[in-house]
Amino acid sequence: MKTVKSKFKFKGGVHPDYNKELARDGAIERLPLPKELAVSMSQHLGAPARCLVKAGDFVRRGQVIGEKAGFISVCVRSPADGKVKAVEKRVGAAGAMADAVLIDTTASLPEDAPPPPVLAPMDWSSATREELLGRIEEAGICGMGGAGFPTAVKLNPPPGKRCEYLVLNGAECEPYLTADYRVMLERAPRIRLGVEIMRKVLGLPAVRIAIEANKPEAIAAMEAAFADIEGNVEIVVLPVLYPQGSEKHQIYATVGRVVPEPPALPIDVGCVVENVGTVAAIADAVELGEPLLERVTTVSGDAVATPKNVLAPSGTRYADLLEFCGGATERPAKVISGGTMMGFAVSSLDIGTTKTTSGLLFLSRRRVFQYSSQACINCGRCLRACPMNLNPAEISKAMEVDDVKTAEDAHVMDCIECGACSFGCPAYRAITQFCRKAKNSIRARIAAERAAAAAAKASDGAAKKEAK
Amino acid sequence: MIIAIVCIAGIGLVAAVSLALADKYLAVKEDPRIGMVTAVLPGANCGGCGFAGCDAYARALVEGTAPNGACAAGGEACAAAVAKILGVEATATERRVALVKCCGTRSESIRLGDYNGICDCATAAATAGGDKGCRFGCLGYGACANVCPKNAISVSDGLAKVDKRLCIGCGKCVKACPKHLIELVPASATIHVLCNNPVRGPEVRKVCGVGCMGCHLCEKNSGGKEAGHFTFDGFLAKVNYDNPPTDPSIVAKCPAKCMAEDPHFETGH
Repeated sequence: MKTVKSKFKFKGGVHPDYNKELARDGAIERLPLPKELAVSMSQHLGAPARCLVKAGDFVRRGQVIGEKAGFISVCVRSPADGKVKAVEKRVGAAGAMADAVLIDTTASLPEDAPPPPVLAPMDWSSATREELLGRIEEAGICGMGGAGFPTAVKLNPPPGKRCEYLVLNGAECEPYLTADYRVMLERAPRIRLGVEIMRKVLGLPAVRIAIEANKPEAIAAMEAAFADIEGNVEIVVLPVLYPQGSEKHQIYATVGRVVPEPPALPIDVGCVVENVGTVAAIADAVELGEPLLERVTTVSGDAVATPKNVLAPSGTRYADLLEFCGGATERPAKVISGGTMMGFAVSSLDIGTTKTTSGLLFLSRRRVFQYSSQACINCGRCLRACPMNLNPAEISKAMEVDDVKTAEDAHVMDCIECGACSFGCPAYRAITQFCRKAKNSIRARIAAERAAAAAAKASDGAAKKEAK
Repeated sequence: MIIAIVCIAGIGLVAAVSLALADKYLAVKEDPRIGMVTAVLPGANCGGCGFAGCDAYARALVEGTAPNGACAAGGEACAAAVAKILGVEATATERRVALVKCCGTRSESIRLGDYNGICDCATAAATAGGDKGCRFGCLGYGACANVCPKNAISVSDGLAKVDKRLCIGCGKCVKACPKHLIELVPASATIHVLCNNPVRGPEVRKVCGVGCMGCHLCEKNSGGKEAGHFTFDGFLAKVNYDNPPTDPSIVAKCPAKCMAEDPHFETGH
């Protein structure tokens, strides 16, 4: 095991105000079980889970309340015992509306309630690869960094592809967020165990632990935890630059490989990237039989009385998190779920957290810049900032007049929506939002084409059957 | 000089002969009725019939793969003209116009926050469901107005409205609205329910001053359930456009004030 400096620096990137000192020194605190939980069926990008419970049902901690719908999906388990109050539409992880199960945790369970389901602790060194993968899937583990890609899918490369590098993402380049940093400090042995389990599942790849240079304590903690590990393991110290935590940029910074444009995935260049929190969750799921029911969320911002890193069950309402952190010192002008660069603003504190809620920020009027978008002045600042080598100015100008074709020709599908273009735009243009709009309309078109092709195939098949 | 004239004349002659031969032997035989049908269609190329444009629809009509009467813009007169050319029966179609089923203007409904992203309904709706308190209501960012081929929709006070005279019923706005609150209704119907929120009355009242509470008064005042002028989806009244109400007095009796008599405005084009 050795510590090295990153040899590869990607083009572009920006330096936002990090403001991590607000919450970085607060140890992880466990939130007392809230009275009500709002568990969303949309825990990540991709298809929302299918809800299995209805109002009036009793649920036990760990019970599956949403089954996976499709390949890119994970099951949802109830984070606590209680009674289902209602199932209604609320904002989910992707920012769109999805079913949410409201659980009253104060309700007393009937005598004949079934016992909570138990996942038996496993001995990872004697378990087979398939058993470990099955456990990761049934524990409902998905990436805890941002997009929430189902981990079992990621750890099971398609035939013919081999994982050569397992990259551990501890960059946490988003401003304000310190959840991963605290996990690295306080749960380093769990991360080490998770890495050993993942190495076994992936066929003993080399391990690269990527941490930004502004977290020396986390680097020291990882060095101590991995000091006596065998095999090819390196801690890579990355330069401080946003979006260093992006999967593609992390692969380039640690092993110097470039992921081709979509639909290529990191596994196509022999890499698997996992967030440090996810790795700790894998260790818990395998060794303790503990499904992913809670996560560390950074509650921060200049309008919060005491910013904290809170260990809260998924489904905790934002209002409960704010109350636990001493409430707001003034009326927040903006509430953001996630970090300031890629998170999305929310309009209600009744929304529950998900497996991907890494932060919740309450910003005062002084921190929120009210702007109105103006015409592009062709300064090229977004081109210099874009870490994907795109031309955001061209895309935004095309999408102003709904010219999706031009945006597609400018490779808008490569956009990772990091927000670096909008961050530095002197004309205050919502460039990232234009890119998202373009991507959404291209995806909708592709989905419609696929549906039409499937329908044509089906009717063709029916006609042939009739002819026979 | 003479060589030049002879060369040019020679090229011209060869080209003329080959063109004349090509016209005779390579001619594409097209049904003359396609041109005639195209001529009687409105020529707006709105795509409301489901085909790429008027020409494509005319081709499908002549081939017999499309129903006569799918052209909403042309209406009955157009269907009759097409029927005359093709020698088939004209199917009676009623002219349909778009209706925005929301009357929650900015002053009547609450906003959850200030949205200052790009001016597009689908993008606003993808940002935490949009800034409007009512998650079923019109966001007012004009996605429908942007796709309207006839400029029949305009947005004022955060609410889209349709000009009945200009609307050709192509249905593009119906597809563009991320809240699915635009419906094609018969142009002859005059009484409408302008709300799209099916949740309970008190919940509606929290976010909108003019939302339907599902009190069934419109049904009672129009002759009761047997008259069948209204249907109910949860706590939302819907006009049964197969049998629309005709008595305008029920509009004023609506306690929620979400009913209107001919809410279509005129743009003055």
